[in-house]
Amino acid sequence: MTAAAVDTAPAAVPTGLARGRGGGGPAPKRIVVAYGFWIFILSDMVMFSAMFAAYAVLYGNTAGGPTGAELFNIRNVFLETLCLLFSSYTCGLGALSAERRDPTRFLIFAALTFLLGTAFLVIEVTEFSGMVEKGAGPTRSAFLSAFFTLVGTHGVHVASGLIALIYLVAQVVVKGLHPAILRRLLCWSLFWHALDIVWVGVFTLVYLLRA
Amino acid sequence: MNSHEHVFDDRTPGVEEHESTASYLSYTVGLALAIVATAASFIVSQTDLLWPPGIPVGLIVLAFAQIGVHLVFFLHLGSGPDSTNNILALAFGVLIVFLVITGSVWIIANLNTNMTAVPMQ
Repeated sequence: MTAAAVDTAPAAVPTGLARGRGGGGPAPKRIVVAYGFWIFILSDMVMFSAMFAAYAVLYGNTAGGPTGAELFNIRNVFLETLCLLFSSYTCGLGALSAERRDPTRFLIFAALTFLLGTAFLVIEVTEFSGMVEKGAGPTRSAFLSAFFTLVGTHGVHVASGLIALIYLVAQVVVKGLHPAILRRLLCWSLFWHALDIVWVGVFTLVYLLRA
Repeated sequence: MNSHEHVFDDRTPGVEEHESTASYLSYTVGLALAIVATAASFIVSQTDLLWPPGIPVGLIVLAFAQIGVHLVFFLHLGSGPDSTNNILALAFGVLIVFLVITGSVWIIANLNTNMTAVPMQ
């Protein structure tokens, strides 16, 4: 009895526990794809960390120009934060609806995500153009160069995320929710949530820690 | 032998079916926690609710808390075997980010204090 259990268990365990620990057999494709995309997101985070470092170093070098305290409108920043946070929420619900094969709900949540992301970008672009009009463009001082690089790169990420969302919704409409498209949606939602994490760093370091 | 049965699942590797740990509820809990952390950050930075010299530390703690909420509730990083590799990669990423940011700030602060300011022109 015990001998039989010892004989069968080691042979059977590797096939049964193939869940990403290397214990036997490959992990499901969606786990592998999400892991690869996760590596990309982390490399993006490393790129952002260089810009955060540049901002932290150059923050005080205003070259006689306007400082952050004079330029930033905290109410706008709070609105931007809420837009991005709620779009992250609707993005998650959309991914969940897609996983549960509910295309109508997915489309509604995707539309909400798109609207909230666009609202974020509109507020940000208005803020940027207002600053440039006041003579506080990226060429004014090292502080403003670092600011526009960091916040602008995040904005470009959001914009490209919105374009990718249109592309994905078109795929869902044309081809339906089949596994390959679900994996693309999973990657996209990882990207979108990661942008919200970067924004937490931006609003804390750039907008709130300026005292 | 009965005790072994629940360990094995018959799924072929690569098959897409899976049981999602996420639910509408978990996203809503994550959103609520994130809103609390965000609102706390803005309130703390705009008022004297916190002892003023402690505000930067408070803001950094709140930011880390919110990032943790996002990772767990939105990105579904958990303690399950499917997350192990992602968490190891994240740990490496956090190490690099930490080295780049604190290293830059530290080195430049040293340069600033050790180099005498040269008057312009």
